[in-house]
Amino acid sequence: MTYLTKPKFHHPGLPKNALGFTHRDYEGSVSTLCAGCGHDSITGALIQAFFELSIEPHRVAKISGIGCSSKTPTYFLGHSHGFNSVHGRMPSVLTGANLANRDLIYLGVSGDGDSASIGFGQFAHSIRRGVNMTYIVENNGVYGLTKGQFSATADRGSKSKRGVTNTDNSIDLAAIALQLGATYVARSFSGDKAQLVPILKAAIEHKGAAFIDVISPCVAFNNHAGSTKSFDYVREHNEAVNRLDFISGRAPIEINYEPGTVQIVEQHDGSRLALRKINADYDVNDRTAALGFLQKHAAKGQIVTGLLYVEPDASDLHTHLATVDRPLNQLGEQDLCPGSAALDKINASLR
Amino acid sequence: MPAPRPISSVNDFVIRFANVNGSGSASANEMFARAVMRMGVPVSPRNIFPSNIQGLPTWYEVRVTEAGHLGARGGVDMMVAMNPQTWDKDVAMIEPGGYLFYDSTKPLPPSRFRDDITVIGMPLTAICNAEYTDPRQRQLFKNIIYLGALSALLDMDPNVLETLIGEQYRTKEKLIQPNVHALHLGRDYALKNLKCPIGLTVRKADKVGDRIFVEGNSAAALGAVYGGATVCAWYPITPSSSLADAFTRHCAKLRVDPQSKKAKYAIIQAEDELASIGMVIGAGWNGARAFTATSGPGISLMQEFIGLSYFAEIPAVIFNVQRAGPSTGMPTRTQQCDVISCAYASHGDTKHVLLFPEDPREAFEFGALSFDLADRLQTTIFVMLDLDIGMNHRLCRPFTWDDKRRYDRGKVMTAADLDSGREFGRYLDVDGDGIPYRTYPGTHPTKGSFFTRGTSRDRYARYTEEGGPYVDNMQRLIRKFETAKDLVPRPLVAHAKKPGKFGVIYYGSTSPAMDEAAEMLEADGHHLDRMRIRAFPFHSSVPGFLAEHDFVFVVEQNRDAQLRSLIVNECNVDPVRLVPILHYDGTPITARFIAREIGQRIDTLHGRPVAVS
Repeated sequence: MTYLTKPKFHHPGLPKNALGFTHRDYEGSVSTLCAGCGHDSITGALIQAFFELSIEPHRVAKISGIGCSSKTPTYFLGHSHGFNSVHGRMPSVLTGANLANRDLIYLGVSGDGDSASIGFGQFAHSIRRGVNMTYIVENNGVYGLTKGQFSATADRGSKSKRGVTNTDNSIDLAAIALQLGATYVARSFSGDKAQLVPILKAAIEHKGAAFIDVISPCVAFNNHAGSTKSFDYVREHNEAVNRLDFISGRAPIEINYEPGTVQIVEQHDGSRLALRKINADYDVNDRTAALGFLQKHAAKGQIVTGLLYVEPDASDLHTHLATVDRPLNQLGEQDLCPGSAALDKINASLR
Repeated sequence: MPAPRPISSVNDFVIRFANVNGSGSASANEMFARAVMRMGVPVSPRNIFPSNIQGLPTWYEVRVTEAGHLGARGGVDMMVAMNPQTWDKDVAMIEPGGYLFYDSTKPLPPSRFRDDITVIGMPLTAICNAEYTDPRQRQLFKNIIYLGALSALLDMDPNVLETLIGEQYRTKEKLIQPNVHALHLGRDYALKNLKCPIGLTVRKADKVGDRIFVEGNSAAALGAVYGGATVCAWYPITPSSSLADAFTRHCAKLRVDPQSKKAKYAIIQAEDELASIGMVIGAGWNGARAFTATSGPGISLMQEFIGLSYFAEIPAVIFNVQRAGPSTGMPTRTQQCDVISCAYASHGDTKHVLLFPEDPREAFEFGALSFDLADRLQTTIFVMLDLDIGMNHRLCRPFTWDDKRRYDRGKVMTAADLDSGREFGRYLDVDGDGIPYRTYPGTHPTKGSFFTRGTSRDRYARYTEEGGPYVDNMQRLIRKFETAKDLVPRPLVAHAKKPGKFGVIYYGSTSPAMDEAAEMLEADGHHLDRMRIRAFPFHSSVPGFLAEHDFVFVVEQNRDAQLRSLIVNECNVDPVRLVPILHYDGTPITARFIAREIGQRIDTLHGRPVAVS
């Protein structure tokens, strides 16, 4: 744990983004998690992703549940509003917030206890509603804050630090998200920033329910031999399907990859995803195949990472509800109150 | 013993229809109630129905009351017994001298009847079978045929019923004529074969005035529309589902942008009550007016979030349409049994604002007001309806709205406020009323952001587990609750004709029965000052009222005297002086019950000192 506050001043030569912000403007307060925690790497990746996308920090709403992962929204985007809500209930709070103001960017931060156990239902229903959000599960297979109990994503047969073997089947949240109709599904590893940052950027720009399962080893309780979520285990068993480069619709960049190994996916807002395919037969637009691919590799003990599925023309909950373009929280009496004349008519119809 | 004389009454009787659930009787019975009302005579109908869709017994009771007593009366003067399943109990329920109307197609032995009532048989099934071939038509028109017969027996104006049929089938015009035909089939048969009218009659009067006839759930939902609610998240539960349904209907008519045809509202049927209150809190945090509608079991499930709303200070509105508990209880029966579970909802030290509407008119008024209160107080506001108000049509004063009224969005700092250099501390009590300022997410690039959490924090929303800031915050929440006392609807007091040492406190749907009981008690020489509580926390006039009387009866519809407990707890009054009058069998409380219970206790209190063992 770091206990020294970072000084506010910074080197004048730090790179700036289109808004004139440096990455320091995307930081939050200092992390109180354990030194070396995978979650802090994800925080770093988020800071980089928002910086590179040139998003105004205050236009982001960070919403989390309870747990180590859910504490992280204080550690990035210090000028954003954040909401550390109730255990397992981030998805409903985020859904409500999203309904109130469709113009903000919603980042849901959760953990495997928060999303695969107590909040499994809310995770599922927010995905199937197509809430426009980036839903990140910082997945370490363990309850960190309560000192090392198995979570529902812990693999069957894996061993806890105390030597207990997990006999329950594990939940693959990415596979479930695919089944539930998430329009963007990816998996990555907290230790692989090169893969994670573009995945985050594309998810943030995606209009629809984007779900990212990030394997994030717990240095305190789940980084030992016998764990299947340790740094060593994940590095050895990682099967990347693709390498993603994200090209924002607002700032096109030249693409230099060889044709045939690169697949360009254009999203609804004009942003483009360039996929450097490692696995030649992988198709990111085929939901059914993605599910099969995940299961096939899971059986071999491999953890598939990369962008697993994207629906370029996704729609979201606001589209389904046909809500007005103006955020609901900006409507006033003149928009919302039908007035006394309408009420007189209603009275007349009730006699 | 000589048979009692048949009851003779004009515009003052109770008629009950005993039907089978799902037989299409509900709309015919409701039409009967409307017809009486259209004749200028106040009515008070009540659905008594099972938690079931088809096949179980259901009753519809109409109190015809020129005097305007809208509470349940108790007792039945005329039974329209259409359900063989409940025949014996239905017949037994009729007051001596009352009337029994039944389908006489299949003969019944004399032992199934009573000789102290007037029995009116009409071969309804035989008439239908002769007239119709389609089984569904036979069933549906049977209801209209008995309506026609009743119009003759009770001397009602058939034109009123014809008009109502025309209104009901305005959009399905080809159904009007067959229904009118069935109506006259029944009426003509009765006029020709039965002694018409009987002792009970409806005579045209002018006692309805400009009052409207509406269900409390629909009225509360309309209040939410007028109050500016834009987000509704709910989970189906009897008896509250019709509130969300009504909001959906009202919004489709009143809240669609005329140009874009897009919705100025969002309604989500959530996966459970936890998600529905979670969405409400998410929306409230983000500056929209949001609500959920639920009942007791839903309140139990929402406890954790309600505590979050209290502690993190997020506006939310919960319409709790109460039903009989505990557990699943009696889902289709009424009670006022969630007073404590709402007032002190969630773990830790919490207190919440409750509003108690007495009828649909107040359900509308408080429904709209609750959103102003939620924004002003930045906390959950409970609107405490019950099944009796929520799911029954009730005659009430028309809805009114002042077009000059503006929504009170509470203490919200804008970007301009922040730029002006005003200090922002999310939990800073700058005005001394316990209410801090908040900002909506996305307000300002560099100022006014804060982290919302259910954990303890200091005045600037920074996490802390230190005792000092924790106590400071908890004390401020108490100051805020004190502020609420003067913002919520005040209690209403009605003084007895003569001053006395007895008072009575009541609330919510007990109101019409209490008003009527007061008249009955007054006639017996018992003078009671009445206070109708309309909100919690209690206004300072509540302890004042208690101080003015030696004994105060607290009338409520639950077993444990929940409002009384709340008064004892919050007003520091000697419990001996608060005499509970409790009705909790799931049926609506009646004037007869209240008058009898209070009358007996007054006699006891007058007669001898309270025995202390």
